[in-house]
Amino acid sequence: MTPERRVYKRDVIIDVTAKLMFPLTLLFGLYVMIGTGGTGGGFQGGTILATAFILYITVFGTKTGREKMPESTNTFFSSFGLFLYNGAGWLAVLFTFGAAQWLNMSAFWPVADYVGTAGARSFLVSYMVSVGIGLTVMASFVSQYFDLAWKEEDEMEEGGEG
Amino acid sequence: MILPIDLLLLLFLLIVGTAALLVRDLLAAIVLAGAYSFIMANVWLQLGATDVAFTEAAVGAGASTALFMACLSRVPRWEKE
Repeated sequence: MTPERRVYKRDVIIDVTAKLMFPLTLLFGLYVMIGTGGTGGGFQGGTILATAFILYITVFGTKTGREKMPESTNTFFSSFGLFLYNGAGWLAVLFTFGAAQWLNMSAFWPVADYVGTAGARSFLVSYMVSVGIGLTVMASFVSQYFDLAWKEEDEMEEGGEG
Repeated sequence: MILPIDLLLLLFLLIVGTAALLVRDLLAAIVLAGAYSFIMANVWLQLGATDVAFTEAAVGAGASTALFMACLSRVPRWEKE
């Protein structure tokens, strides 16, 4: 069984399509995370954000993809998302001086005074909790994809069909 | 729920799932698994679970297909006879 050797040329259609779709997919992921009223949410939006990066990495290779999404940025996003989620939970405790429970969004008075308790809850859930979940999911998926697709120098010479 | 569309989707599911099992080319099997996920998302939509359909389309057809592709770059493409 011989692996077929084929020389892949850079195709302008694939390059331009990937470059065009990358920001649009990111925008759509953001819309799914914070825009829609009922459906969607952090996990789905984060997966769509990750799919944009995966498309970019698949088309332009892991080296160029690493420049777009460095290891440090990846780690920052995966912990910053957790920080946002946890912080949204602790804000409810802090603003009521411990009277409300963790993640009890309706007790968040600075926003609740303006838009009501239900409004404050949906505001915080969509803008902090969902974005936090989404960032963590995006960073985890991109990191998984890098772990699977990354090839070291000696591995490249050895062959296979990368 | 519209019954003819449901039956058509289930028929497609059967065809695509059987083809993904039987095909020798692993790349074609991955693409068929992605198609299976998309049809399954439509089935969820028919059942009224929009959230599940959304997740199925994003994870099943988008992310997991890409992860399978990344795995395929490390293993031979053709299944052994």
